This record gives sequence, C-alpha cells and structure tokens, in this order.
Amino acid sequence: MTATSAPEAQARPKRRPGDIVFGGLSTASAFSILLILAGVAIFLISEAVPVFGADPAEITGGEGFLSYVWPLVFGTLVASLVAMAVATPVAVGIALFVSHYAPTRVGTAVGFVIDLLAAVPSVVFGMWGFQVFAPKLVPLFIWLQEHLGFLPFFESASRTGRTLFTASLVLAVMILPIITAVSREVFLQTPTLHEEAALALGATKWEMIRTAVLPFGKPGVIGGTMLGLGRALGETMAVAIILSPGVFTWNLIDSGNTTVPAEIALNFPEAAGLRLSELIAAGLVLFGITLAVNLGARAIVNRRAEFSGAN
Amino acid sequence: MSVDTAPKPRQRKLADIEGVEIDKVRASSNRQAYVVLAAAAAVAALLWLIGLNPALALVLGYAGYLVAVYTVYRAVAGKRVAADQVARGLVLGAFVVAVVPLLSLLYTVVVRGGATALDPAFLNQTMNGITGLQDQATQRDGAPLIGGAYHAIIGTLIITGIAAAISVPIGVFTAIFLVEYQPKGRVSQMIRFLVDVMTGIPSIVAGLFAFALWAVLFGIGTKNGFAGAVALSVLMISTVVRNSEEMLRIVPNELREAALALGVPKWRTIAKVVLPTAASGLASGVTLAIARVIGETAPLLVAVGYARGLNVDPSQGPMNTLAVYAYYMFTKPLSPGFREPSLDRAWAAALLLVLIVVVLNLTARLIAKAFAPKTGR
Repeated sequence: MTATSAPEAQARPKRRPGDIVFGGLSTASAFSILLILAGVAIFLISEAVPVFGADPAEITGGEGFLSYVWPLVFGTLVASLVAMAVATPVAVGIALFVSHYAPTRVGTAVGFVIDLLAAVPSVVFGMWGFQVFAPKLVPLFIWLQEHLGFLPFFESASRTGRTLFTASLVLAVMILPIITAVSREVFLQTPTLHEEAALALGATKWEMIRTAVLPFGKPGVIGGTMLGLGRALGETMAVAIILSPGVFTWNLIDSGNTTVPAEIALNFPEAAGLRLSELIAAGLVLFGITLAVNLGARAIVNRRAEFSGAN
Repeated sequence: MSVDTAPKPRQRKLADIEGVEIDKVRASSNRQAYVVLAAAAAVAALLWLIGLNPALALVLGYAGYLVAVYTVYRAVAGKRVAADQVARGLVLGAFVVAVVPLLSLLYTVVVRGGATALDPAFLNQTMNGITGLQDQATQRDGAPLIGGAYHAIIGTLIITGIAAAISVPIGVFTAIFLVEYQPKGRVSQMIRFLVDVMTGIPSIVAGLFAFALWAVLFGIGTKNGFAGAVALSVLMISTVVRNSEEMLRIVPNELREAALALGVPKWRTIAKVVLPTAASGLASGVTLAIARVIGETAPLLVAVGYARGLNVDPSQGPMNTLAVYAYYMFTKPLSPGFREPSLDRAWAAALLLVLIVVVLNLTARLIAKAFAPKTGR
C-alpha cells in the first residue's frame, strides 16, 4: 500500500494484457451482431437473386415473382391483423387485471401463466389448433355462413375448420403474452399520484383507469400491439399445420389462402433450383415487412420511455 | 413553487372535465355481483344441460352476467358503479379467455401424449426401419408401438447445446460491452438498436439465413446440425443480450468503484466482482433463452432437414429434433390409413417438449430466486 508510483499511474493508466483481451472480446462480440445482421441480409439476397433475372414463365404461377408473392403477403397480413385485433383487447384486459385488479400474489401467478403461454412451442399450438380447436369452430363457421353469408368473408364454411380464421385465432393466443407483457409494464408505471388524484375526486376504479391509466399507457399498448403483429407475421408452424392452404380468396372461413412463412415451411424440404430461390426471396420479403413493423413498434415504445413522467 | 403571473385559467367545473360524470353514487358492495355471477353460471349450466353447445352456453352466460350486473347495480348504486362492475367483469373475462386455451392445450398434450411418452420403447428407439406396416400392425392388431424419438431427443440436445455455446459468450460479452465499456454513446445506441432488430427476425428467416450461408460455404443444399445451431443462435443471441444487460445493470456501482479503488484492473473487476454478483440473473436469463429456442421447428426444418435414424455428428447430414419430429409425425404419418401410432408419437414428442420448456422456465425462476444477491444492508 505504498503510494510511490501513484502519480505516474494517474498520468497514464497501465494497459494490462488482460484488459486488452477482455475489452477486445466485448467489442468484437458487440460488432459481431452487426456482422450477423448484415450476413442475414446479404446471404438471403445472394440466394434470392436468380429469381429476379429469371423468365417470368418459370416462376410458380407463370407470371413472375410479384404476382407469385403478393397473395402470400396478403394472406400473411390478413391473418396477422385479425390476430392483432382479437388479441389486443384481451391482452389489455389481462394487463389491467394484473396491474390494477388482482392482489400482488395472484398477479404474480397470472404473470407466470402468461409466461407459460409464451413458452409453449409453436408446433404444439399448431397440433392443438388442428385437432382440438378447429373442429370446435365448425359450428360457428356454419352459423356465420348462414347468417352473414352475404359478406365476402363468410361465403362458404369449411367442415374441417382448417381455415385462415382459425389460424388467426391461434396466432392471437400466441401473441397475447407479448402484448400483455408490454402493456402491464406501462400500466404499472402510471404515476401513483395521478391514480390517487382520480380516486380522491371520487372516481370509481374504472373511471380512474380510464382517466389516468389508459391515457398514460396508450403509446405502450400501441407499441406492444405492433410487436405482437411482428411476431404474428413471422409465425410459421401454427399456420403451416392448421391452415389447409390454397389460392387467394376473400373467404376467411373456408380452406384457401396461405402465408409467407407457411408457404416456405411446407415447400422448402422438397424444393430445388429456382423454386428454392423463389422461397428464399419470399423469406426476404417477409424479413423486410417484419423489420418495418418492429422498427415502428420500437420507435413508439422508446419514445414513451423518454418522455415518461415516471422516471 | 414560483409565483404564477400567467392569467388564471377559467375555473372549470368538475363536470367539464372529460371522462368525469357527476352522478350520485350510492354505497354498494360486491355482494350483488357474486349473486349475479352464481345465477349466470346456473343459467349457463342449464343451457348446456338442455343440449346447447357448451361453448355457446358459456358465452351466453357471460353476456347475460354483464347485462344483469349492469342492471342490478344501476338500480342499486347508479350508472357509474354499474359501468365499474361491467369493466371488472370484462377484465376478469379477458383473463379467463387467455387461460382456457392454455388449459385445453396442456390437457390435450398430457392426455394424448402421456401414455406414449412414458413408454421406454418410445424413449429408447429411433425411427430407423420403421414403416407404415409396423404402424398398421400396432393399430389394427394391437401390437406394441415400436419406433420412438430417441434420435430426436439426442438431436435436440446436441443442436441446442451448440447454439447455446455460440450465443452465450457472444451475448454476455455484448452485454458487458454495453454496460461496462460503452454505457452511453452512439456505438452502444447502434448496438442496442441492432439487438432490437434481431429480436424481430422471424424464426423461419433465421433458418433460411443458415441455409443460404451453408449453400455459399459448402455448396447448395448442405443441411446439417451446425447449420441448425447457427439458425438458433441468430434467434437466441438477442434474448441473451437483453436479459444479461438488464442483470449487469442492476449490479450496484459501489461494488465496481470499491474494486477499482483498490487498484483492481477493470477486466478483473468485471470477471471477479460484476459477473459473480450477477451470476444468478445471467444463469436464469440464459435458461430462458434456451427455453425459447428449444421448441423451434421452422428454422430446423429448413436448415437441418429430417433424419429417421440417430445421427450424433452435427457436421454430417440431417439430424432430427423433437419439434421437427412432432411436426413430421403429425402431418406426414407413416401409414396414411393407420394414423394413430404416428399421432401418438407426435403428441408424446409434444409432451416432452412442453415438459422441457416448463422445467426450464421453473429452473430459471428458482435460480433467480435462490441465488439472488441479498439486498439491503
């Protein structure tokens, strides 16, 4: 504990080999993330390139890549948007239940159950949707056809239940956890003073939530919803197993339609040559769409964090 | 605080504020709600007994409950309390809506897969040499089920293990970079952004990436275990980084400062003080990341392919994993006319997967709880 060399050390900290190695490893790891992401884009493009130079007649469908991919993209968007529309109100309800209704211990238990829902592998959701859920929906589909059959979405009903609508509902269950988690987080951040002020003015619990919690949490809920949308867009196995795929149709309650990931999963194992490039190009399109949605979601969530009064 | 010189805003009446309704509220309790709930449940049960679809009976009972609770409370305590009670009903309903599919799924997996998953033959055998004929014999003549998921279990362990071996060092060191070396600044902002982007990569795109990378490196159509591990790593790294970053961040700064003040080099401070303090959090984060990728199907379907027999060499040819095994058994039964044995195998594999995932999640929680650093002094 002598201080003989202290002034020197202060002037120029010693560069120890350990520090150089450790710092180098951390920096290299951090930049490897950049490399991996660039790699994903570059290698997908390099394998997809043959499609864009190919004769349109050789592409599946015979009319070029665009007319091949747009029904897939459309199916993906419809399935994901329906899932999002179904899941969001339920997720907000659960988030409110955990943050403002349930006692702390019950809330923790519910959080665990929701985490469990997030952890179930998608292939298991697919099998369950196919064997248990789809048959249960058939009566509903028949009812929809009989009473709302004049709408293009409910023209004819499937007797197996393996429809885009079924897939959307299973997707809704699968994206519930992420929307719930983000919403719960922002609801818990509501400034207690706002809540107490509302209650002190004589508001009922629901009025307190409507005037203090929901306005504060709105950007978070929107961001969480878009994260859920991003997940639904990329979800593969559940749709691949449940949906009985087919050509594009507006009818949601009969077989038909397909999504980009399901198309890839169903056809990739047997694909070769140009078909392979076609599927990889479709994957590239999917990557672009999910990227855009996720960036939008992050932007909204992060903007909330910066201006949050709770910090 | 400061003297307000601005012109005073017009005094607003309580009734002008959006969302506030001036309406008399009379004292009430939740007791009536329980009575209404019991009545609604009784009505739903009755509807079910007279032959209505149970799901429909439940939905009608629930809708009836909401209407009844509104009417009762409107009469007893006024409009505002009635709305409050309806909101309470809706929030609880949302919770039930989420739990029902989970319970149904767990029930189905256990009931359909339970018997087969406990069968030693299923755990010890591969699908080598098993054809539709054996399945036919099993279903029609009652022969014991042969052919199992041994190779898939081993494959899952190998591929997930390699993926973890790749992702954990990269992920933890990236988190160290973000927390210890560049806590602020443009570089770490960019890295965080990229990790966010990575979180959003669809699993099948990760698989396509591994396939395309292997096509360029080793020739088109090369599928093996390493490709699958790379695909899983792409999905896993972002989770590891996010979890680890959070854990490193909550290590108190006093510990770092104390170590540095004693003249300990920075890297030893990180290795001997920061990491051990955060160890339980890191372990639980890694466990959760493994749980997230162990059930992935799509990337492995694309990058690893499907093997009927045991292959323990991840550099040579297709392997099998539990999720892909379940998918193939479910959608492409060995004998299309006699599907039951294949479906049994699929559900058993699904049960194993769910068990693994649940155990991993519980372990992560236990680690986090048991080894959490003692707070407070």
